[in-house]
Amino acid sequence: MSDIIRRDPHAEWIARNRLHPLHAAMQPQQLSWMGPNGVLRKSVHGVGFIGPNGIKRIDRSGAQQGGTSKRTASVEVQLPLHQVPAPAFYICVVPDMVGGRLSSHDRDLLGLARQLAGSDGAVLAVVFGESKETAFATAGVDRLLLLDSEGYAPERQVLGLRAVDNQFSPRHWLLPDSRSGGAELGRRFAASLGERPATRVWQIKDGACIGRAGAGLQDVAQPLRRLILAAAECAEPVSDTRHEVLAVQLSTALASCLPRIEDLGAVDVDPAAIPMAEAEFILSGGNGIKDWGLFHRAAVALGATEGASRVAVDDGFMGRERQVGASGVWVTARVYVAVGISGAIQHLQGIGACDKVVAINLDPGCDMIKRADLSVIGDSAAVLEALIVAVDNWRQSTLTPALSQREKGPISVAFNG
Amino acid sequence: MTIATVALVSIGAHPASGRARRAEQDARAVELGLELAGDNLHVLHAGNPHEPALRAYLGMGLDELHVLEQPDGADAVPVLRDYIREAGVQLVLTGSQAETGEGSGMLPYLLAEQLGWPLLVGVAQIESIHNGVAQVLQALPRGQRRRLQVRLPFMVTVDNAAPKARQSAYGPATRGLVDARVVEIIADELSTTGLLQPARPRPKRLKVIKAKSGADRMKAATAKAAGGSGQVLKGVGAEEGAQAILKLLIEEGVVR
Repeated sequence: MSDIIRRDPHAEWIARNRLHPLHAAMQPQQLSWMGPNGVLRKSVHGVGFIGPNGIKRIDRSGAQQGGTSKRTASVEVQLPLHQVPAPAFYICVVPDMVGGRLSSHDRDLLGLARQLAGSDGAVLAVVFGESKETAFATAGVDRLLLLDSEGYAPERQVLGLRAVDNQFSPRHWLLPDSRSGGAELGRRFAASLGERPATRVWQIKDGACIGRAGAGLQDVAQPLRRLILAAAECAEPVSDTRHEVLAVQLSTALASCLPRIEDLGAVDVDPAAIPMAEAEFILSGGNGIKDWGLFHRAAVALGATEGASRVAVDDGFMGRERQVGASGVWVTARVYVAVGISGAIQHLQGIGACDKVVAINLDPGCDMIKRADLSVIGDSAAVLEALIVAVDNWRQSTLTPALSQREKGPISVAFNG
Repeated sequence: MTIATVALVSIGAHPASGRARRAEQDARAVELGLELAGDNLHVLHAGNPHEPALRAYLGMGLDELHVLEQPDGADAVPVLRDYIREAGVQLVLTGSQAETGEGSGMLPYLLAEQLGWPLLVGVAQIESIHNGVAQVLQALPRGQRRRLQVRLPFMVTVDNAAPKARQSAYGPATRGLVDARVVEIIADELSTTGLLQPARPRPKRLKVIKAKSGADRMKAATAKAAGGSGQVLKGVGAEEGAQAILKLLIEEGVVR
């Protein structure tokens, strides 16, 4: 429901017309009645009506009739709850959880798991590490198993999955065939189990699955395997039901293993060398920026890839290859900071896939503020200066072990894929 | 530093025409091996030794190419495993996915599992190998890199983040030797259960709008993208605003 107040002339006409069969139903509710002890009780809540400007009006002349109904605020639609009290079998899903949240690929996978589970089975999501996701219920997760994991530890994760396999013996394992980790973990798990997985699956139908083969010129059709690595858009995500996200635990503690692969941590990459379309963190400047030197310094301090709106590019402050939007690059950044960009519709289209948008702008009414998850109304130069200082202070206070690597400077990376 | 280094190669297919060629990722693995081991690189293929496309690898500056002779549809894992075990290899390089056949990308995982070696996936660069300990840069999505440390022997798969393979020269390609060896033939299970067919175009996902009323449908068709419940900091100082932004950036893990 939209929040715009709309009049319903038909209802008002019925309320005025005493001969209409619905007239009685359209009358405002009773405002006063005699209580059991002979005291007159009044309801103060039903008084008045919401006027065309959204302001409550009270007409004490007695002429007010009708119009109070149907003006309810928009109600959040409560989807029906799907419950599986005693699951006949489990379908295990291991979502990627990029940045601690379900990606669209994960949601597709959960939709596929829902199809495979039917009404008797339960979808069990196995999540490694910390999760920030709050919408497991609407994504179709019946049972949730959280396993701790730190850094890059694929061998330990495989041990965790094997423990889950022993305890729940799921009918199917579903993993995303994605570069964000699912493809690797799924194949490691398959090799460890000694089972043959179906890879790059994009359709499951009637007990058979079809996946891409080779370089994408061929499909391989085979009977449905227990282990499925599914491509993006393999099924529609769950949208009609709500699910009880019941937490389950492993009955046994995870056996510790000596990791053969040691994670030495992330390496600084020169952000300017990362192609904009795949950059994770973009600092983008527009017409509101007066001091471009400061903008570049802020990008270096934050370690962000630089972007620009069309105005900034047209005015010659940034290169054409840095333009974000419909006629430039469609970015997929997880975090997009827009400085002095009011948000033309073409620009908002270009950042449609971004997860978190931060806006710094002088105009509190601009479209970018409506899109943003966090907006700061103020002068961009002052905020950028303060941001540089704040980042430096934060880096000083948290002397991370990566600092020794940082001193070496970012490595230069050639992108030739 | 001479580490017995093996690059596993396969025959690729051009993505548009489907013509046989050297596989893109395997060629990158050979390139990585040539940078690391130079002339000591041992290039190994399991399949048909008479395939002309195989000579494109020789054209990268190799004298010899070793082939374990197998027909189509045979399982390459056991023969490769036995060969690597017997040869005293320390480092195996390979692409992450074949361009012909099923191309499931399982071969390096199965080999590493059966050999009991650690496997590094999506490697962009091998930085150093000292005293049997290697430091390796792994490519992550979104152009990020991660440094890993592992002991020899280990196995490496490369993808498109690895350095681009050098051009193949025709002269060396024709001069090079192909050393074929007869091995036991074990049929692969997929050749009996799976069915390869020309790729069907995938259905385009439609944007389904589940709106009850016409007004909702109209809104869904025309509304601008809006976050809805964004937090707006108005009338705060620049420092306070910057702190709020920094807090979000740290929460998201993009500022390191």
